[in-house]
Amino acid sequence: MSEIIRQLEEKRAAARLGGGQKRIDAQHSKGKLTARERIDLLLDAGSFEEWDMFKEHRCTDFGMADNKTPGDGVVTGYGTINGRLVFVFSQDFTVFGGSLSETHAEKLCKIMDQAMKVGAPVIGLNDSGGARIQEGVDSLAGYADVFQKNVEASGVIPQISVIMGPCAGGAVYSPAMTDFIAMVKDSSYMFVTGPDVVKTVTHEVVTAEELGGAMTHASKSGVADLAFENDVDAIQQIRRLMDFLPANNREKPPVRPTADSADRQDYSLDTLIPSNPNMPYDMKELILKVVDEGDFYEVQPDYAKNILIGFARMEGSTVGIVANQPMVLAGCLDIDSSRKAARFVQFCDCFNIPIVTFVDVPGFLPGTTQEYGGIIKHGAKLLFAYAECTVPKVTVITRKAYGGAYDVMASKHLRGDVNFAWPTAEIAVMGPKGAVEIIFRGDIGDAEKIAERTEEYRQKFANPFVAGARGFIDDVIMPHGTRRRICRSLAMLRDKKVENPWKKHGNIPL
Amino acid sequence: MFKKILIANRGEIACRVIKTARKMGIKTVAVYSEADREALHVQMADEAVFIGPAPTAQSYLVMERIVQACKDTGAEAVHPGYGFLSENKAFQEALAKAGIAFIGPDAYAIEAMGDKITSKKLAAEAGVSTVPGYMGIIKDADEAVKIASQIGYPVMIKASAGGGGKGMRVAWNDDEARDGFERSTSEARSSFGDDRVFIEKFVEQPRHIEIQVLSDGDNCLYLVERECSIQRRHQKVIEEAPSPFLDDATRKAMGEQAVALAKAVQYKSAGTVEFIVDAHRNFYFLEMNTRLQVEHPVTELITGLDLVEWMIKIAAGQQLTLQQSDVTITGWAMESRIYAEDPYRNFLPSTGRLVRYLPPAESDSVRVDTGVYEGGEISMFYDPMIAKLITYGADRNEAILHMRTALDQFYIRGVSHNIPFLASLLGKQRFVDGRLTTNFIAEEYKDGFNATDLPPEDPTVLVCVAATINHLEQVRAAQISNQMSGHGRQVGADYVVKFGDDVYHPVSISYDAKDGQWTVKTETASHTVESDWIFGQPLWVGTINGQVSVVQVDRAKKGIGYQLFHQGSAADVKVLEPRAAQLDKLMPVKLPPDMSRYLLSPMPGLLVSVDVVDGQEIKAGEKLAVVEAMKMENVLRAEQDGKVKKVHAAAGGSLAVDQIIIEFE
Repeated sequence: MSEIIRQLEEKRAAARLGGGQKRIDAQHSKGKLTARERIDLLLDAGSFEEWDMFKEHRCTDFGMADNKTPGDGVVTGYGTINGRLVFVFSQDFTVFGGSLSETHAEKLCKIMDQAMKVGAPVIGLNDSGGARIQEGVDSLAGYADVFQKNVEASGVIPQISVIMGPCAGGAVYSPAMTDFIAMVKDSSYMFVTGPDVVKTVTHEVVTAEELGGAMTHASKSGVADLAFENDVDAIQQIRRLMDFLPANNREKPPVRPTADSADRQDYSLDTLIPSNPNMPYDMKELILKVVDEGDFYEVQPDYAKNILIGFARMEGSTVGIVANQPMVLAGCLDIDSSRKAARFVQFCDCFNIPIVTFVDVPGFLPGTTQEYGGIIKHGAKLLFAYAECTVPKVTVITRKAYGGAYDVMASKHLRGDVNFAWPTAEIAVMGPKGAVEIIFRGDIGDAEKIAERTEEYRQKFANPFVAGARGFIDDVIMPHGTRRRICRSLAMLRDKKVENPWKKHGNIPL
Repeated sequence: MFKKILIANRGEIACRVIKTARKMGIKTVAVYSEADREALHVQMADEAVFIGPAPTAQSYLVMERIVQACKDTGAEAVHPGYGFLSENKAFQEALAKAGIAFIGPDAYAIEAMGDKITSKKLAAEAGVSTVPGYMGIIKDADEAVKIASQIGYPVMIKASAGGGGKGMRVAWNDDEARDGFERSTSEARSSFGDDRVFIEKFVEQPRHIEIQVLSDGDNCLYLVERECSIQRRHQKVIEEAPSPFLDDATRKAMGEQAVALAKAVQYKSAGTVEFIVDAHRNFYFLEMNTRLQVEHPVTELITGLDLVEWMIKIAAGQQLTLQQSDVTITGWAMESRIYAEDPYRNFLPSTGRLVRYLPPAESDSVRVDTGVYEGGEISMFYDPMIAKLITYGADRNEAILHMRTALDQFYIRGVSHNIPFLASLLGKQRFVDGRLTTNFIAEEYKDGFNATDLPPEDPTVLVCVAATINHLEQVRAAQISNQMSGHGRQVGADYVVKFGDDVYHPVSISYDAKDGQWTVKTETASHTVESDWIFGQPLWVGTINGQVSVVQVDRAKKGIGYQLFHQGSAADVKVLEPRAAQLDKLMPVKLPPDMSRYLLSPMPGLLVSVDVVDGQEIKAGEKLAVVEAMKMENVLRAEQDGKVKKVHAAAGGSLAVDQIIIEFE
C-alpha cells in the first residue's frame, strides 16, 4: 500500500512538472504561464478536480515508447468559476509542445462528453504546436473526434476557446467551432498555413503576428471575438465572461444582485441625439447609461465597429446587446457587421439570453465590394437569426430606421416582443432627401420645389408616428426613461414561450 | 424696480445673473445663438430670444439684435455680464437711446477707463499711485531709451491698445529698451492697428491684487480686495479674497485710492480697480474694469453682499444702504476656474459633449457657478469655461481644504478638464504658504504641466478604496445564482492591490457588519474604512481612519479593475488574489509602441495641408502639415532632421487625436 502511495506521489509530481523546469522557464520567458498556472487563475481557489492525470500516449514509433509524461500534454478536469461548474482543458506546451495525440484527444472528448451530460460549459486553454506528428493519422483522427464533439456540444453548452500560444493547421478548427475565441496579444497566433508556406505558395512575406496574431483576428478577419493583453488579463476576462452565461441551453442566464435601480432615469440621454440628423453620436454612451452599473462586456470591439454587440445585465440578469454605431460608417449594415451581429444573436438564442437592440441604421452599405462580396446572403444571416430566435426581444429605435435594414433590426415584423421608439425616431423607407428624389423625379431641377417636397416628406415620415399608427412600434418613450421601460419589458417577458415549427434545423444562408 | 431684465450674455454668468434676478422677483430674458439652443441659461430664463448664428460676431456682439430683443420682450434693463458688450460704450448708448437701462456704469466711465493711457492719466490726477512711467506719445527709439533710463531699469514697454501679452517687452538696459521699443511698436501696429506704446517701471515679484468697488454715484465703497496672482498666460486660474499678502493699512490705502478713482469718473455700479503690488507692498494702478468680474463670487462670500443685486438696484436708481464701516471681512473664499482644456496637452481647449457632469453639492462652504449640465455641450465657439468652483472657510487653510475636497468631487467626463492642474496648484507648498506672484505658474511649471507635478500621493487612500470596492465585488460575485450546491464560492481575506504596471500592495481585509466597517491591513499598518458606496456610483465617499476621503471611481475601460481619481491624479487599479498576483509578476511589461517616428495629430481637427511627400528629406523646424482645430491653424513642424517614409493622411480629411499623419524613416 505505502509503495503504491509512493508511486502515486511520484507520478503526480511528474505530471505537475510537465515538461520539466527548463521548459517551464522557457514558457515564462515568453511571457506565458504554464497549463496548471492558467487553471489556477481560471478556477476558484481549490475547486479544480483533475481527471486523467496518469493518461499516457500509446505511440511506440520514433523512440516515443520511452518518452512519456503523465497527462500527455494536456490538463483536464472541472472546477468552479464563482461557484458555478465549468469543465476545462489546458494544453501544456512544455510537454511535446502541447501537441495533440490520440490520448490527448481522448482526454478532451471525455470532459466534453461529461460537460454535455451535466450541462456545464467547456473552456479550452489552447497552447499547442499542432498534431503529434509521430502518431500520424491517429493524431488526425483525434482532431476529428474533437471536432465532432464540438459540433455536438454546439448549442447545448457554451464552449469558450482561449488561444494562448500557437494554434495552426487543422488545430484551428476546434476553436473555430466554439462560441467564443479569445486570443492573447503578442503570444498567440492562429492560421491554417503558416508564414513559411505562405511565402512558398504566394510569395507573400508576412510575420506570424501579422498573419494570425490576436489583433489581426480581432480587427481584420473577425475570427477572434476578444483580444487580451496577457495570460492573466485573458483568464480574468474569461471569468468575467462566464458570469454572464448560463451553463447550458436549458438554463436561464445567471442572476447577480445589483443596487442599480430599474427606475433609474438619465436625463442626459434626452440630448444624446444631435439636432443635425447627419451628426454622429456614440451609441456606446446609451448602452453604458442604460445597463446595470454601466458594465458592458463588449464582444468583437475592434471588428466591424459599425455594430456593437456584447453582454450586459438588466436588474442583475444577463441580456445580449446589439446596437448600430452611428460613429462608424453611419451605423450602416454591411457584410462584416451583419455576420458579426447574426452570430451573436444566434448565440443568445441558443442560451436563452434576451436580446436588447438599439437601432439607428440608415440602410445597407452600397457598392461593388459589398455586392460582389455577397451582402445579399450575409445581410440575410442577420435577418434569419433575428427572425428565427425565440428569446425575448426588446428594440429601441433612437433615430434612423430606414428601409430593409429597419426590418432586419429586430423589428416588430420579425417577432420583436416590445418595440419602442424615441421621439427622434424616423421609421421610413429611406431618408427624406433620397425619397423625394425618387418620388418627385420630375422636379429634380427645381431646388425650391425639392426643398418643399423634402420638408413635406420629413413632416410625414421622419417621425415615429406613422409606424406607431400601424402598431409597428408599441410606444414612443422619452430617452431618459429607456432603462425603466426596457427593465419592465424584460420582466414582462421573463416566461415568454414561442416554439418554431418542428424541423431538423433551419437552413441559414451560410 | 425693473419688472423684467435681459441678460446679454451666455454661460455661467448669464445663469448667475438670472438667479439673483429671480430672487429679486424680476423676470428674465435670455438671448441665445444657434449653438446655445439647449443651453442652461436659456432653460433658466423666463423667456429666450434667438439672436443669430453661433459665432459671437453674428450673435452676442450684435447690439441691434439685443436692443430689438429688449423691445420685443419689454425688458427694461440689460445686464451685460462680463466680456461681450459689457465694456462697450456704443452699446450703452444704443440702449440709452432706446430707453433701456444698462446695468453697469455710464458711458463716460466706460470710455474713460477703456483706454490704458487715458485711464492712467485720470488715475494719476485722482491721486492714485501709478507705476512710474511715461504716458505721452514716444516719438522714436532714442526718446524711448532716454525715458527708460529716467524711470530706472528694469522697464516694461507696452502697447497702449494692448492686451494678452501682445506688444509687451521687458528691458533691463539701453540696448534692450531700443530693441523693445521697435518691436513693441511694430507688434502693436500689426495686432491692434495702433502703434502707440508707453514705458513704465517693471515690477519685480508682482502680485495681482484688485479692489472691488461699489458705487451708487454718491456713496462709493471698496469691498476689500481679491488676489488673482495665479495666472497662466494672463488668464486667471485661482482667485481668492482677501489677499494673504495685504495688511490693514495697505488694504485701506488701496481701497481709498480705488474709491477716489471711481468718484473721479462718476462711477455708478460695481467695478474693479486692478493693482500690481510689489514685494514691499508698493502698489500701482493697472486698470479699471467697468463691469462685473469673473471672480466676483469670492468677494460676495466674504462680505455677504450680492454684487449683482446691487448692480441691478443701482441701475434702477436705488441708493446704497450701507457705509464703508459696514463692510467687513468674514472668513476666506477661493475660486478655481474649471476649464475644458487638456492640461497634459499644453492646455489645448477641449470641446464636445459632457457625457457626465456632476458638480459638488452646494453648501455653506461650496458654491458652483455653472452654465452647463450633464448631456450638454462645450461649444468650440465660446470660452471653454465649464464652471467656477468657489469654496469658503473660516481661514485660508480651511478654504483650501474645502477646495481640494470639492475638486475631488467634481466629476466631469466627455471633455478634458484642468482639475488635475488645479489640484496640483493647491498641493504646492508655496501656494499653501501664500507666496504668490503672477509668475507663480511659469516658475513652478517650467516645462509645462506633467503628471509628476501632482502632489505625491500617499497610497493609503487608494489602497483602502480599491480593497473595499474589490471586497464588495467578491462578496457579490459569491452571490451569483446556480452555484454548485454545497461547493459555492468562498470569499478570501487576502488580496494584492496593483497600481499601474508593477506596484503591488498586499492587503488583508475583513468586514464587520455590526459596525459597518472594513479593516484593511497593509504590510505596515491597519486602517479602518467606512463607506456606503455601491456599484455604479461615480464617487466613493467615506472615511479612512476617520478622515473623510472622496475618490472618483470609474470601471476600467477594459472591464477588469478600476480607474481611481484622487487629488488630481488618476490610477489604474486592479485587485488580485495572492496567487494571481504571483503569476501577474511573471507577465512582461509591454512598452507602448514607439511613436517618435510618427507625426501624430495633437488634437481632433481638419488636416488643411500636408507640406511634404513620401521620401522627402526634412530639416528640423520644417513645416510638415497644418491642422485646423477650434478655428485655429496649427502648424506642425519637424522636431529633427529626417526623411519622410509615408504620408498617412490626406489634406481635407478630418483627424482624430493621436491619429498618424506622417511616418518618418
